[in-house]
Amino acid sequence: MDFLLSVIQDPNARWVIAGCFLLGISSGVLGCFAFLRKQSLMGDVIAHAALPGICLAFMLQGEKNTMLFMLGALGTGLLGTWCVHSIVRHSRIKSDTALGIVLSVFFGFGTVLLTGIAQTGAANQSGLDAFLFGKAASLVQADVSMMATTAGILLVLVLLLFKEFKLLCFDSNFGRGLGFPMGILDAMVMLMIVLTVVIGLQAVGVVLMSAMLIIPPLAARYWTEKLSRMVLISGIFGAISGVFGTIISGFVPKLSTGPVIVLAAAVLFLFSMLAAPRRGLIVRQVERMRVRRRVAEERASREAERARVPYGGAVSKGGDA
Amino acid sequence: MTTAITVKDVTIAYRKKPVVQEVSFTVPEGKLVGIMGPNGAGKSTLIKGILGLLPLVSGEVSIYGKPYKSQRKLIGYVPQRESVDWDFPTNALDVVLMGRYGHAGMFRRLRAYDKEFAYACLEKVGMADYAKRQISQLSGGQQQRVFLARALAQDAHVYFMDEPFTGVDAATEKAIVLLLEELKSQGKTVLVVHHDLQTVNEYFDWLLLMNIRKVAFGPTSEVFVPDNLQEAYGGKLLFQKSAAYNAQ
Repeated sequence: MDFLLSVIQDPNARWVIAGCFLLGISSGVLGCFAFLRKQSLMGDVIAHAALPGICLAFMLQGEKNTMLFMLGALGTGLLGTWCVHSIVRHSRIKSDTALGIVLSVFFGFGTVLLTGIAQTGAANQSGLDAFLFGKAASLVQADVSMMATTAGILLVLVLLLFKEFKLLCFDSNFGRGLGFPMGILDAMVMLMIVLTVVIGLQAVGVVLMSAMLIIPPLAARYWTEKLSRMVLISGIFGAISGVFGTIISGFVPKLSTGPVIVLAAAVLFLFSMLAAPRRGLIVRQVERMRVRRRVAEERASREAERARVPYGGAVSKGGDA
Repeated sequence: MTTAITVKDVTIAYRKKPVVQEVSFTVPEGKLVGIMGPNGAGKSTLIKGILGLLPLVSGEVSIYGKPYKSQRKLIGYVPQRESVDWDFPTNALDVVLMGRYGHAGMFRRLRAYDKEFAYACLEKVGMADYAKRQISQLSGGQQQRVFLARALAQDAHVYFMDEPFTGVDAATEKAIVLLLEELKSQGKTVLVVHHDLQTVNEYFDWLLLMNIRKVAFGPTSEVFVPDNLQEAYGGKLLFQKSAAYNAQ
């Protein structure tokens, strides 16, 4: 309860909540496009690839500087996506393998750097630990205003280019035929996903950030057959899990925010999978049972009919006898 | 007669191996042209090359006398049905509306007129009742008709269709044939990648027979002859040959 009280009283806690709200919305919205383009795991690569960037930024600066961390994350995150693309294009390696290679190599390098920093005894390492599993409590006003600006730009772009992004996800060749610059749009969506990951890193962490791109869209897909609604619902789901995850993690000292946010999203997903109208498992099961019962009843009444008219069926078919 | 499409010395390659080699032909306006050849003959590749979806190693394409890029609004395209994921969260009318995106342009929203137009296109392919149906719930033939309606919504002069007859039921096949006739009567030019040798004479005025290189091009009655078929299909065409004899 202390934490809830502090949310009301403490302005910093309000910033923390606002930050998680924003990152939830933008990862929910952008995640939809990654999901529909079957690039969900790209988010995972970007997030893991961000770690060495953050460490390098720290080594350059020698102290915590969120802006510099974000730039570092952006740099190696983009480098990671570029590596995946060029591996797929210039070799026979399939994209799942390429994703695996790039993710582990970048994360491995990042871990080496992180350990190195810890051993040199660079005193103020606490800021870096937050990036592994996320520490929303470390968000300050400056961080949140940066997140807000980025999220705002991302959402406006989605609004402006919604039909182009839809075309890109559904049938990019057709879009190219119409004369839309699909290559640029493709790169833009990628960059926007990278930015979403980057603004979420501090609160959710490199290890789990991709879940915020994957789970809310997946849950939202259960509720609608319309892209605009899916994007909206996914944004709302992302925001809910961001805010609730942060509040819940606030009750337990030393609990990282990332895991709790992801678990909150998972609860929404489970609920959607079970209870959604039409696509949900419960509705499907009920429908299946209804059909089975109807078929059984029909068969029973047909057999009753046949019993009443002993030879009718056989004669009309003209075959059994 | 006006020339709708000019393809000159077009060569397209995946890596080093040419898939389409030095193909040239000129299509007069208002013709229904079938593109035929064995599997791997480069039919779809040729269409994609003409549409600028694949880079040309050499050669050029012009539509109504101008380079392809400046004529995009005159061109409609029906890709192969399997080229997209039909579990996408959208309905039939929405897919057809994509045909209007080019007329709206970047950043712009569609107008009410676009919606009416798209709906009319669905009506033309007999799919008006399915306008609000989620696309994954449509049958293969219905999905194909939605794709055709989307091309109609482009309101083009020249249409390229990649195997529209593949894997569709009789009702859809008939709907497509009627549509081709209608497009022709409006003076539109249509190129169709086709597989079924039995229906060639019935469906198409002109024919492009190819197997990486062009084998023959011209009015169907002149092109669809045993020698040409033998050259395009090689030894694989023993019994279809009789179809060509019958056709003559």
